[in-house]
Amino acid sequence: MDEMEQVILDYVIDEYLEEEDEEEIGFDSPLISSGIVDSFSMVSLKTFLERKYNISIPDDKATPEAFDTVRNIAKVVREFTG
Amino acid sequence: MQGFGSYEETYRDFDWQKAREMVGYREGEVLNIGWYCTDRICEMGLGEKTAMIWEGFSGETEKYTFNDLRINSNTYAAYLKSLGIKERDRVCIFMDKLPDLYFSFLGILKIGAIAQPLFSAFGEEALFTRMEDAESIAILTTKKYYRKVRRIKDQLPALKHIIVVDDENVKLEEREKTFILKNAEKVDEFDVFPTHSESPSVLHYTSGTTGKPKGALHVHGSIFAQSVSARWALDLREDDIYWCTADPGWVTGTSYGIIGPWSLGVTQVIYNGGFGSEKWYKILEKYGVTVWYTAPTAIRLLMKDGTGLVKQHDLSKLRYMCSVGEPLNPEAVHWGREAFGMPFYDTYWQTETGAIVISNFPGMEVKAGSMGRAFPGIEAVVLDLNSHEVINEPNKVGLIALKPGWPSMMREYWNNEEVYKSKFINGWYITGDRSSIDPEGYFWFVGRDDDVINTGGHLVGPFEIESALIEHEAVAEAAAIGKPDPVNMEVVKAFVALKPGYEVSDDLELSIMNFIRKRLSPLAMPQEIEFMEKLPKTRSGKIMRRLLRAQEWGEEIGDTSTLED
Repeated sequence: MDEMEQVILDYVIDEYLEEEDEEEIGFDSPLISSGIVDSFSMVSLKTFLERKYNISIPDDKATPEAFDTVRNIAKVVREFTG
Repeated sequence: MQGFGSYEETYRDFDWQKAREMVGYREGEVLNIGWYCTDRICEMGLGEKTAMIWEGFSGETEKYTFNDLRINSNTYAAYLKSLGIKERDRVCIFMDKLPDLYFSFLGILKIGAIAQPLFSAFGEEALFTRMEDAESIAILTTKKYYRKVRRIKDQLPALKHIIVVDDENVKLEEREKTFILKNAEKVDEFDVFPTHSESPSVLHYTSGTTGKPKGALHVHGSIFAQSVSARWALDLREDDIYWCTADPGWVTGTSYGIIGPWSLGVTQVIYNGGFGSEKWYKILEKYGVTVWYTAPTAIRLLMKDGTGLVKQHDLSKLRYMCSVGEPLNPEAVHWGREAFGMPFYDTYWQTETGAIVISNFPGMEVKAGSMGRAFPGIEAVVLDLNSHEVINEPNKVGLIALKPGWPSMMREYWNNEEVYKSKFINGWYITGDRSSIDPEGYFWFVGRDDDVINTGGHLVGPFEIESALIEHEAVAEAAAIGKPDPVNMEVVKAFVALKPGYEVSDDLELSIMNFIRKRLSPLAMPQEIEFMEKLPKTRSGKIMRRLLRAQEWGEEIGDTSTLED
């Protein structure tokens, strides 16, 4: 699987899930609509992506829909990394 | 149900006795919100009517009638009573918007205990502060969240029961237990504790500028105000399908997500998921929602996705839309008309007021950007900022103040009489918000009168954030303010000076943001951190938050004579 998607997934698991959580999430698991990541927390996720990939994601691209799965987030990031 | 007629006539002719009569209450009778929202509705012949249509985030649905609501809340009440929980004990509810949240809330009230809802995204510090202050005896939670409680339980000696309600297989430790409603023997008859209108019911914590969050204590008599305002300000009628998007961790989610609508026997849609424009429109369409109560932040997010998306859905059943949490900007009102063919009706109230106190009403002209007019039975004025005398001159900005005496007014701040008393000046309850009143009695919000941050419709106290910030290993001193934001009205911005040996870096900034998110809540997480060599202080060493805020908002800095240098 794509490295970028794995990095994002690992970050989400580390930062947003409880350590002992049995809940398994994958590249297509809903994040925002499921409540794992709420719209406020999206800011720290966006900040992580911007710092990690040295990009700037405009607010209108960082919508709850666009950030709802790891796969979709990676698509957004790729738009800006070229 | 009696609708809202002419504003002027209704305001003039109203007294709170009318609200008592509207829910069928007679002086001296037992008044218990749990009974009024379930058993009484069944006695009215509506037992088989749908009370709750519940949908989970992955699309699973459940339906419950008012009779189900009655029996399930009885079953919770009997279980909690069997644990020895009694009247006035504080019982926390800490879970997502699951059906159990609603059943247990009503069950807690039925035994005369005090329901203490906690926002499910709270971190350990936020949980601890509220549970320690309230000396909560029990907490109902789920497998998703019980570990947060486990990590702080040793510091909470009053906490006797940690009850997981959705999984009987969790490995339990001391004081932990499980209660699975579907496996429990259903309780058809339950003797409701004989509460009266002044018996405590719900404890909601809210933030102030200084000190820890304060618990606003409400009473069973609040139902009079919540019921009549749900009928008049939200325009709820018997055959409505109503969706309140608020989480019961906050007061809107209990006053108008439980008590108001169910006291009227209205069917509610409850969606246990996060925000998503497409998803939300699907909920409105699928269930034929007729009345929708949401928040400006959500409306502004929906606006971003445009009118086209709205038009792709059949929302022909929708007839009334209202908003709460922060002032609704004129653009959002206009967009409502364009996208849905009707405006959003703004409503104004606070955790402390328990129910809507200023509002737009059906049939009344909506002036885009105004909060509306005083609710019948509420005497609302603005007071001069310095003298605290009533301002009679129109359009002059003052402090919004309310004459105490309406039924849903908080009765105290838990353990904090001093701060409670400070909320009253010259016989008025001071809301802490500034506004003007136009010649027709419409209120126009100007801003807060203190440093409390209103983000996404929720109040966050700067002191709580600052206290948590300095617990981060790298932070020497910190200040938190509200920064203007086009979607959330304000977001938290932090100013931070680092300890020696720490360097500013992207990783450190992210680490501080996530530290606050986990300790307090996502709402409290700074969306921006500005690192400074040192923070501006008074000569006595107090950080001048006011100065930082003024700079951020481009306002006059004001008197700086007390500045250190």
